[in-house]
Amino acid sequence: MATLPDTRSTPRSLRRRVLRAGRARWALGVLSALLVTALGADLLASDLPLALRLDGELHVLPCLTRPAALRAFDNQRIAARLTTEDWALMPLSPWGQNTHDLGAMLSAPSAQHPLGTDRSGRDVLARVVHGTRISLSVGLASVLILSGIGLLVGMCAGYFGGLVDQLLMRLADCLHAVPTMLLLVTVLGVLRPTGAGAVLAMLCVIGAVRWTDLSRLVRAEVLRVRHSAYVEAARGLGLSSRQILLRHVLPNVLSPVLVAASFSMAGAVVLEGALSFLGFGVPDDVASWGSLLNEVREHTHAWWLAVFPGAAMFLSVSAYNLLGEALRDAIDPRLQM
Amino acid sequence: MRSYVLRRCLSSIPTLLGITLLCFGLLRAASADPLLTKVSAPGRTTRVTSEALAQLRQLYDLDQPWYVQYLKLLRRLVTLDLGTSWRDGRLIRDVLGEALPVTLLLSASAILLAYVIAVPLGVYAAVRRESPIDRGISWLLFLLYSLPAFWFGSLLLSFLSSGQFLRCPSLPGGGCFPLQGWHSFQGFEQLSAWGKLRDVVWHMLLPVITLSYPALASISRFTRAGMLETLQLDFIRTARAKGLSERAVVFNHALRHSLLPVLTLLGLELPQLVSGSVVVEAVFGIRGLGLVALEAIRMPDYPLVISIVTLTAVLTLLGSLLADIAYALLDPRVRYGKE
Repeated sequence: MATLPDTRSTPRSLRRRVLRAGRARWALGVLSALLVTALGADLLASDLPLALRLDGELHVLPCLTRPAALRAFDNQRIAARLTTEDWALMPLSPWGQNTHDLGAMLSAPSAQHPLGTDRSGRDVLARVVHGTRISLSVGLASVLILSGIGLLVGMCAGYFGGLVDQLLMRLADCLHAVPTMLLLVTVLGVLRPTGAGAVLAMLCVIGAVRWTDLSRLVRAEVLRVRHSAYVEAARGLGLSSRQILLRHVLPNVLSPVLVAASFSMAGAVVLEGALSFLGFGVPDDVASWGSLLNEVREHTHAWWLAVFPGAAMFLSVSAYNLLGEALRDAIDPRLQM
Repeated sequence: MRSYVLRRCLSSIPTLLGITLLCFGLLRAASADPLLTKVSAPGRTTRVTSEALAQLRQLYDLDQPWYVQYLKLLRRLVTLDLGTSWRDGRLIRDVLGEALPVTLLLSASAILLAYVIAVPLGVYAAVRRESPIDRGISWLLFLLYSLPAFWFGSLLLSFLSSGQFLRCPSLPGGGCFPLQGWHSFQGFEQLSAWGKLRDVVWHMLLPVITLSYPALASISRFTRAGMLETLQLDFIRTARAKGLSERAVVFNHALRHSLLPVLTLLGLELPQLVSGSVVVEAVFGIRGLGLVALEAIRMPDYPLVISIVTLTAVLTLLGSLLADIAYALLDPRVRYGKE
């Protein structure tokens, strides 16, 4: 008797099938590296040491705790003050994301600044490292939002049909017809968020605008399973619409959503970069890959401002896309995405 | 056929209404009195009396309830009487009339370039499927697909245009490509027709490449997938069986069959193309719709913003409408409703 290949979509078998593809492993490696960089950004690049003994006093991880005693210090001042009994364990890059090295504005890569500095003398390496945070958090949060909206809208439209379907899909059409970038800058330009609100506004707006593709996909999947025997059976048993949607429809539409979410993540990272690049994104004291690239427009000779942040973005975008492709091939290679 | 086209046109009207309502609501929600932002715009030092403000309010219908304002906006959009820009009082129609051709030129060249390269590439990859060449093309397309356009544009600008690396001392600025604009600012009017063309091509080359490669990647992948599917169909086997050359099979039979969906991809690519052109125009300093829109949003110049958003939406809907109609015309199997 011939054995059929294991096509069950249990989480474990899916994981095995995804990981079998070497590119997925590569992508997951890159993504873990990004995650570690984002979480440990303050340890990798900071204006205070990892550990320090100064004037007979021991500080552990001052880069995280930022003690009041060291408020007036940064790595350079500390290095100048160290006596023979003192010692300091410096982070990989001794510059914080907002440390201005006023003696070296727009300087090319050197021993002091391995990736150069921006126009106000901030270390590009430090800003690229800290930019991972914004990129990752904006990407993740906006994809969560857009998946939530897309799932809700798609399931309602597909399951209830009729007027609900018409209205929701018309709304999706409206959002889809306006070019994304224009819509995003219009909304952000109108909101004019400041400070920390800017990042929050950006990820909410990306999520609120980009759900249309996902909702169409979910709707099509729901239409496919709506008349299946098990949904009919659930209906026959007298389950409410909510129970049917949550227990029987949702699990069956989740896997294509996973693929779409992975590709959306790549899209959201690029959108964050582009918005910050255009000056509608993060405020100046928050490091972002896009806002570093922004400076190239005025200082075209500063190639290091173009190359390094962009390379970080390219790396992460291709990792999300690779992961999406591996997931798609493992779930259903015929999905048109 | 005619009824299909008619129905398809009618069905895009609610979408357009929705977009204008969305945009109107957004701008209304931004500030209860948009005029206050106009009179208190940065750089303005003159004080405005309350009478003058009331007059202005009347002029822009801001003393009316919101639905009257919305209906008047609709009437203005339909009659193309778009009013004046808040920034410099120019007619919005004139502003758009200058910016739209630039964006159209940029987008049309980009999409043309994308198709010209992408379709042969996709066909070639499909014919040589699973070969090292196919795999190489796949990888290349994947990389292009993941390459953020504004990064690529910035790299081109930094390495080719800045004059720091690639030098062309005979050209103004020292770089081999211009730093901004879609034509030279000085002396463009004096050039001959041929000279103008050369100048525009020289300015537009890098922006067009930057705008075209994302579309190129997706069109090429789509072509390959379509060709692979077609090449397995029965009529291809028949064509091979009757002794046609491989070239005739691929180009006359398979490509013809799978080109149709590829052409309709144009409708889907249009919004992304316009979206991309906002960024590309910003990178290369080209005053098209995107850059004008960015300036208008920064001002803020609400009448201009609403006009541009509506215009791009109309263009996008028109594009997908044309793609659908072309599909219905070319594919005899597509019939919607009764004829």
